[in-house]
Amino acid sequence: MPAGWLLLLVLLIAALGYGLGRRRALVSAGGNIRVLHSLPAAYGWNVAMAVLIPSLLVLALWSFAAPRVIGAMVVPLLGAGEGEVSLLMGDVRRVAEGLVRLGVDVSTVAPEGLRERLGEVGIALGQDVSPATLAAAARYDVLAARSDWLMTVLVLAIALGAAAWTIRRTTSALRARNEVERGVLGLLVAAALVAIATTVGIVLALISNTIKFFGLYPATDFFFGTTWSPSFGGGSELGILPLVWGTLYISAISLLVAVPLGLLSAIYLSEYASPRVRAWAKPMLEVLAGIPSIVYGLFALLTVGPALLVVFGDGGLGIMQGGTAVITAGLVMGIMLIPFVSSLSDDIINAVPQAIRDGSLGLGATPSETIRQVVIPAALPGIMGAILLAASRAIGETMIVVLGAGAAARLSLNPFDAMTTITAKIVSQLTGDSDFNSPEALVAFALGMTLFVVTLALNVLALWIVRRYREQYE
Amino acid sequence: MNDLRLFERAQAVDETKISAKGVNVHYGAAHALKDVSVEIGDRRVTAFIGPSGCGKSTFLRCLNRMNDTIPSARVTGRIELDGQDIYDPRVDPVQLRAKVGMVFQKPNPFPKSIYENVAYGPRIHGLARSRADMDAIVEKALRRAALWNEAKDRLNAPGTGLSGGQQQRLCIARAVATEPEVLLMDEPCSALDPIATAQVEELIDELRQNYSVVIVTHSMQQAARVSQRTAFFHLGHLVEYGETGQIFTNPRDPRTESYISGRIG
Amino acid sequence: MTDLPANGPAGSIPVHRPARSILETDARTRARNRAEARFRAYGLGALLAGLAFLAILLASILWNGLGAFTQTRLALPVELTESELDPEGTRDPAALAKVSTFGYEDLLEAAMARLVAEEGIATELEPGDLADLLSSGAAAQVRDAVLADPSLIGRTVTFDVLAASRVDGYVKGRVTRESLADDRNLSPAHLDVADALIADGDLTRGFNPAFVLGADASEKRPEAAGIGIAMLGSLYMMLVVLGLSLPIGVAASIYLEEFAPKNRFTDFIEVNIANLAAVPSIVFGILGLVAFIQFAGLPTSAPLVGGLVLTLMTLPTIIIVTRASLKAVPPSIRDAALGVGASRMQAVFHHVLPLAIPGIMTGTIIGMARALGETAPLLLIGMVGFVASNPPDGVLDGFVSPNSAMPAQIYEWAKRADPAFYERAWGGIIVLLVFLLLMNLAAVLVRRRFERRW
Repeated sequence: MPAGWLLLLVLLIAALGYGLGRRRALVSAGGNIRVLHSLPAAYGWNVAMAVLIPSLLVLALWSFAAPRVIGAMVVPLLGAGEGEVSLLMGDVRRVAEGLVRLGVDVSTVAPEGLRERLGEVGIALGQDVSPATLAAAARYDVLAARSDWLMTVLVLAIALGAAAWTIRRTTSALRARNEVERGVLGLLVAAALVAIATTVGIVLALISNTIKFFGLYPATDFFFGTTWSPSFGGGSELGILPLVWGTLYISAISLLVAVPLGLLSAIYLSEYASPRVRAWAKPMLEVLAGIPSIVYGLFALLTVGPALLVVFGDGGLGIMQGGTAVITAGLVMGIMLIPFVSSLSDDIINAVPQAIRDGSLGLGATPSETIRQVVIPAALPGIMGAILLAASRAIGETMIVVLGAGAAARLSLNPFDAMTTITAKIVSQLTGDSDFNSPEALVAFALGMTLFVVTLALNVLALWIVRRYREQYE
Repeated sequence: MNDLRLFERAQAVDETKISAKGVNVHYGAAHALKDVSVEIGDRRVTAFIGPSGCGKSTFLRCLNRMNDTIPSARVTGRIELDGQDIYDPRVDPVQLRAKVGMVFQKPNPFPKSIYENVAYGPRIHGLARSRADMDAIVEKALRRAALWNEAKDRLNAPGTGLSGGQQQRLCIARAVATEPEVLLMDEPCSALDPIATAQVEELIDELRQNYSVVIVTHSMQQAARVSQRTAFFHLGHLVEYGETGQIFTNPRDPRTESYISGRIG
Repeated sequence: MTDLPANGPAGSIPVHRPARSILETDARTRARNRAEARFRAYGLGALLAGLAFLAILLASILWNGLGAFTQTRLALPVELTESELDPEGTRDPAALAKVSTFGYEDLLEAAMARLVAEEGIATELEPGDLADLLSSGAAAQVRDAVLADPSLIGRTVTFDVLAASRVDGYVKGRVTRESLADDRNLSPAHLDVADALIADGDLTRGFNPAFVLGADASEKRPEAAGIGIAMLGSLYMMLVVLGLSLPIGVAASIYLEEFAPKNRFTDFIEVNIANLAAVPSIVFGILGLVAFIQFAGLPTSAPLVGGLVLTLMTLPTIIIVTRASLKAVPPSIRDAALGVGASRMQAVFHHVLPLAIPGIMTGTIIGMARALGETAPLLLIGMVGFVASNPPDGVLDGFVSPNSAMPAQIYEWAKRADPAFYERAWGGIIVLLVFLLLMNLAAVLVRRRFERRW
């Protein structure tokens, strides 16, 4: 039975269970709901939840595990080597799917002409079906049918069993509400654990592939190599240093733009601007933060790059070769980060107590003296935290550098040169038709790991600084 | 007897430092201070008393134009310092505040060292020509604030690390370091314990020799202890102003009497 | 008392004294005031610079992108000769389908030659060259019309065909005679013909609904590319994001805010969420690639996978906002519910949660707006790099059949070689920003309408 129908059936059982549970509770109370421990609906929900949670869990796990288990069981039939298995298994699955669509008896079908027949039902194959593949596919179908049958029986048995058991337990004294609430609490906890599962997933995905990469390519060459020249034909040099340099250079330029502009804007808005100006200018500035980075990427590629080229290119000063360069990406990223820096700084500056400002103004200091000599030093830890957060943003930004920085990995001091970054190379190594087991593709995971560790460290540090800073004034 | 006559004579030569005529303050639509006129003498302590929200702090903040920092505040009337209108357009509030210093309700030391806290005012006003000058100014200010003995060994420690009473004396030292002529104090002891309060009160009495001190206080006992003149504010009006002894022993206005006897407030 | 100096306590310390009168400003104060004015000017300058960048960015988007919403078309009378299209005269659809688009090229060439002749335009171009003025998709357009209605054969029908992208660019001012000097697709002579056709009213520029609603086109036909299918892909992704991140996010927030014990494990979850909010989006792309495509075996390029990845990215935002709005509900409400004998769960679900709904809605809309514009993770799960030309077969099929998404489509256009696609990319940005604007507007309205102050 297809999973969809099974799902509907389970829902139906749950709905029936709800009705029966509710009725049984009412009957056991002799129709007087004041005798019941909980509201009648709670008894119904208790049954429904007892049905849904275990049976859906089994359904999900089985659907996920079955293809893998069956796949592993038919692999020996292929008699293929390590490397080919994954390719051949793709064919096996497609043929198996096709045989079902054709509706033929898998024990009698012949491999000849099968490719064409499968083509007619929408299964395209890259090569003719070999007898081994066909045998595996046939076996696959048999096993899949058996697994489907087993799953149906198991899930329905669980659903019905749980319904029967819970309905039997339903009496007026059953603390149905408490049981339902325990179940709901379990679901809430499960939702909260998604956050941890995400982090664990990220770490596992990065670590497993990074280890695979370091098995193929020496870690020292990766971390200390000064050349980045991947070639899928082999003989790649995959040194991260040029990418780190490009990343840091672009981030530094973006911070040079964003920090002064963002900080000064925040100061002006919080200390000088009239309420009317503030009410208009602050949301306007924040619009910059709401614009997706792809827009900034296009802006860098098609507006800022060409504009810079007019001034610094061959027609002008002659120090810029193409529109995509460190300065282009850095400048545009800086613009993107202005509202980020300014709204963080705004919070931090406003956290400095008014009493301290008054103290300074009361001594005859001008507002700017108060800001520069009292407010900013007092807010400095918080501002440092904000800058670290902005730096982490800059290091992890992808679209602007993919479109605006160029593709050449080089160690150069000239900001008008094209360079590239860790994020841009993750994209280029993992897109396109690359073999995911080659070092050239796996290096992306090592790059991702580096990026993750660096940004995580920056974030943890920044959040810690900001939190300590806030506690100081609370 | 002789002493007493001397005191009487000193009072006779006492001149007016600040003179306010018909001062009104509005915060937006709220009329916080209504037609207040008062003369504040030089080298004396003047206390403003009254229940919460009566306008005494508002009036104090008018005297060095701290109300300028509140966008919704509007001040009308005339306030003169040594006969010069402090709301004259030619007056730079920065320069005014250097002459009329202020100590706030809650101790608000800057998050800097003790030394830097005191040196801050002289530095922005350019009062010291050298490091030695500054050292001398800081020492003098800390001595005046009776903090020198406690702080001299830890001048580079953060000012926020001092106790509450010490912090408030640090703020007083910070204010006197700029050599003001008038010192405004907005409930300077309300955040302090009794011992620290006694120390600060003693200090106020000493400061009177050099400055005109205006103190806003909730505590009538404090007003009686430290001030020579007392002004009683109620609902934005200046109800009564006179010699402290007279206000507390023989108030003329029934409202003053009610407040002093604890019936309103 | 007599030994007190007359004016203030000067003592023996040599100090600079400010002016005696407060009515005169001394030099030092003047200098300080100048510094004050300078500092203020820096602040204003920084603010204006930020706003100027915004203005330049928006102007650049509108200036470059509005063109994508109009397209140049030619009203072309085509004689659908029977001898070419249906030599046997059977009108049998199978026989008609045997004539490929190549067979229609001749009809178009003839039609162009006739049009030019009728309008009395003098040109040295051969009929074959004249057809270069048309989009290479024009033949397919005519063929589709004929196959749909075989009765057209033998008649002369006026088709509204797309002009070639160079001609469109010329009409929009992007292409000039100089820029065509070494262009293999079109020559300045073509532009003379185009000028004449414009003068006669045959070649016109009009609104282009196909850009907003239509499918992407191949590298050769930028004039036909549209963002409609990618919009559909984005819609499917947003459905996934909404369907998953809202319940999970709200459930997680309720647990953390209302039930979680204050212990190290709860702290760990909270630190985790705060950090996830700042993990670079490309890392989520890697997670999606490994977890959903390689490990779970979900199809590449599917909006379902994109939606799952964006869900994980959006969750921290929704959790943070939801917790804030739960926290804003005063404890007295909970106490009141508990006081009449409700369980904690009932207090939360009956009283606290309904009051927090406006805040949750605002947070969800803002989180989804951010997810809608996110591009980097989509690159890694294969939502770029192919032509999104067909709408999905069914409603459910839309979740798993390969598609693009608006930002991914924009990136795809930005990468293509023909600059005519840049106009499409900018136009796509306008469409994307309109959606973001609407979503943010909705968030503001929800906040205004339902905001409650305690």
